[in-house]
Amino acid sequence: MSTEAARPAAVALEGITKKFGQFVALRGITLSISPGEFVCFLGPSGCGKTTLLRIIAGLERQNTGSVMMGGRDVSGLPPSHRNYGIVFQSYALFPNLTVARNVAYGLETRRRARAVIDRRVDELLALVGLAAHKHKYPAQLSGGEQQRIALARALAPSPALLLLDEPLSALDARVRQSLRHEIRALQRRLGVTTIMVTHDQEEALAMADRIVVMNHGVVEQVGPPLDVYTRPRSPFVARFVGQMNFLEATACARPGWARLGGVEMRHAGGEPTPAGTRLLLAIRPEEILVGPAAGGENRLVTRIRAIQFLGPFTRLTLALPDGTPPLECDVAAGAFAALGAAEGSDLALSLRPDALRVFPAGG
Amino acid sequence: MGSVGVASGIPARTVRHRLAGEDVIRYALVALFALVLYLFVLYPLLHVIWRSLLGTDGGFVGAANYRRYFSTPAIAASIWNSLFVSVVSMVITVALAGGYAYALTRTLMPGRGLFRVVAMLPLFAPSLVQALAFIYVFGNNGILTRTTGYNVGIYGAKGIVLAEVFYCFPHALLILIAALSATDARLYDAARTLGASPLRTFLTVTLPGIKFGLVSACFVVFTLVITDFGAPKAIGGKFSVMATEIYNQVSGQQNFTMGATVSVVLLIPAVLAFLVDRLVQRRQYALVTASSRPLLPVRRRLADWAGFGYCALIAGVITGMYVSIAVYSLVKRWPYDFTPTLRHYRFDTVGGYAPLWNSVYVAALTAVVGTVLTFVGAYVVEKCRTRGSGALYLLSVLPVSIPGMVLGLAYIFTFNAPGSPLNVLYGTLAILIISNVIHYFTVGFLTATTALRQMDAEFENVSASLGVPFYRTFWRVTVPIALPSIVAISMYFFLNAMVTLSAVVFLVAPGTELAAVAVLLMDDAGDTAQAAAMSVCIIGIGLAVRSGYWALMRGVSRRTQAWREPRENTTLADRGREAAFP
Repeated sequence: MSTEAARPAAVALEGITKKFGQFVALRGITLSISPGEFVCFLGPSGCGKTTLLRIIAGLERQNTGSVMMGGRDVSGLPPSHRNYGIVFQSYALFPNLTVARNVAYGLETRRRARAVIDRRVDELLALVGLAAHKHKYPAQLSGGEQQRIALARALAPSPALLLLDEPLSALDARVRQSLRHEIRALQRRLGVTTIMVTHDQEEALAMADRIVVMNHGVVEQVGPPLDVYTRPRSPFVARFVGQMNFLEATACARPGWARLGGVEMRHAGGEPTPAGTRLLLAIRPEEILVGPAAGGENRLVTRIRAIQFLGPFTRLTLALPDGTPPLECDVAAGAFAALGAAEGSDLALSLRPDALRVFPAGG
Repeated sequence: MGSVGVASGIPARTVRHRLAGEDVIRYALVALFALVLYLFVLYPLLHVIWRSLLGTDGGFVGAANYRRYFSTPAIAASIWNSLFVSVVSMVITVALAGGYAYALTRTLMPGRGLFRVVAMLPLFAPSLVQALAFIYVFGNNGILTRTTGYNVGIYGAKGIVLAEVFYCFPHALLILIAALSATDARLYDAARTLGASPLRTFLTVTLPGIKFGLVSACFVVFTLVITDFGAPKAIGGKFSVMATEIYNQVSGQQNFTMGATVSVVLLIPAVLAFLVDRLVQRRQYALVTASSRPLLPVRRRLADWAGFGYCALIAGVITGMYVSIAVYSLVKRWPYDFTPTLRHYRFDTVGGYAPLWNSVYVAALTAVVGTVLTFVGAYVVEKCRTRGSGALYLLSVLPVSIPGMVLGLAYIFTFNAPGSPLNVLYGTLAILIISNVIHYFTVGFLTATTALRQMDAEFENVSASLGVPFYRTFWRVTVPIALPSIVAISMYFFLNAMVTLSAVVFLVAPGTELAAVAVLLMDDAGDTAQAAAMSVCIIGIGLAVRSGYWALMRGVSRRTQAWREPRENTTLADRGREAAFP
């Protein structure tokens, strides 16, 4: 892919704003998506991610800004002239048409021979693994199967772009997990540029090449999943993607150190701040080291206030001596057994300096 | 919110979309629907109001007609008479139908299916026929009056109320059955586990649950009675109500101005009832959710048999009414000579069977035109959103509050105006069809709207993304899914067009006589046996068409609706909706 640097972006958004009455849904969104990329719009409900998708689809009109697809300005084009396929949360399968007729729906108006259409339908049904259900009606299929049919229908006319609007949120957890892999594999195989809207951070992390984290109509951060997870650019992103503990601290005179209660801690660094500036230190529950591993720097002694057994790991709620909000700490189930700790007992831990991110306070 | 300041920096106009070919069709449909509603609803209505402000010579007189109306005791009395019979009929009908509906839905009495069918019979007859039945039994020459020598004095308010109660009974019953069916059994379980007595359960669970249904039934009956013309005309005698007053002024005295004045006054309670009902229904909340469990009645010997006795009594009266009409039409001279004869079926005074075939023709075309117009109209309002959508919706639900007499008079003013190009419609069957379509427009429109709203809103968006024009999806997806509703709408139009009298009584002309009008004319002329015979024909055709539809739909649904989910998955709300149509 990267060899063709001169290829225009599959989708390029420039200064998109949208308001509904006095409510501003999107404020100047600018974004470029490369051909073949799988991008997730991630954010809480009301952040504008669905509105942005619908503007790309031409189902909603922006107040300002332009939408380019493959170098073509489609800002003013109706949906039917934009060349994309879309899968909605509700699937929107036509209940009175068979699976095959649903998949063929977008092909039939394009004046193709019956045999060509039939072959394409078979091909797509094979692709989503539902060839056997060709003559059934949507109501006779499970939710996951319906979702795959909706996917096949959207892909049938070979669109340049695939839009997925919360495609998995109506499904139960187990089906959702397996469909994640399936959609991702299919997208890789076809190489179709894909934009998926979701509020499920786990889904975004598992599927996307790049995640666009949105909040209150602005893009908070864009980057590959690992990047967004390990280097969140704002407390919002840190909190929304994964779990995060926040600790109030003040900057020390020594660069890269902060005072937390009575102790000084070394953190991952960042922009140098004058001593006494209020800071927020952040660390993920699984990054806190306890027991024999908790050696070296940034040691703290805490008291175990609650223990939640969650299967593969155990979540501890740890009270700090000075009464700041408790820390959450995830310990692998086996490791926790080895600790031999109980509620009320003391626990030594260390906050790895390289995992201790720092944000300006008030975020 | 800090966003307000930012919002002011964003232009209010959105980026314009280029018009695609199908958008032109979409806007053309919106314009066409708006034109139809303007031409056949708003414009005629404004005509009536305008005429009520003019003198007999055509000059503007302001409120003079209204002053004359209220100061002429003989005419002004019609207002109080109308309100009186409407309120009394409303109370009695809703009370009777409430008990009947309760017995049908909440007991295991025998014969529930039969009781339900019998209760629907009045839907197949003009309101006039209910009145005739009571006259045949209690009238001056009624069978009871003759055999017992006691005259109950049926002509007047008493007779009107009796006739209206049975005419409106099925309408109220359908609403109340729907309300009583949409109940969550878990509420009753909760009441029982908390130790509530049956009375307390009834007062705290049952009544609040059907509150909105009761209100709705009250307003429907009130509106039906106050706008009805047939029953008061036949059995009212000297007791004048507003609808008959309009008829007297227009047909009797050729006083169109006073007719328009009474019409405008009659519009007020009808529109008011409609508005209050909409306001109340807006506060309705969903009582039945996906997790609700339907209430299954349990066997209670006493309640079951009490319900049976009650329903048998009412069903007996209804059956008795139709049996008397049938017998009346089949004997030489009721109640003196019961020799069977078919001679009353010759209809010699109204020119044979022409009115009946006209009625069937008009009803069939009303069904076709009405169904297409309401369904496409609802689609246009729901799916082709424009700035005018709200106004179109309002104009579409307005007709239900226009009394038939007022609509008929409005059409005279509009389509019989000298020099107007619309005159071509006057005196044709077309104007009868149009007036029927508009008269019954609202229920069809709302049924179609409900059906459309239940569909996935993204169907059109999916089609657009696949490059399929909306009209293709309309034909291939929307219409097939809504087929049961479409059939119900057409049935509704057909049956009502067969029995309606009020709107068409002013519009029939030589050559376009209708059966229901013929009943009125023959009864007026003293040919009561022929009137009864014509009534039997109307009822017979209605029942035959309804049964035919039923048989057809069973076949159709087996073939075209195979995709629907299995029956047991339908919700209580679905069942309530089914009950909306007999």
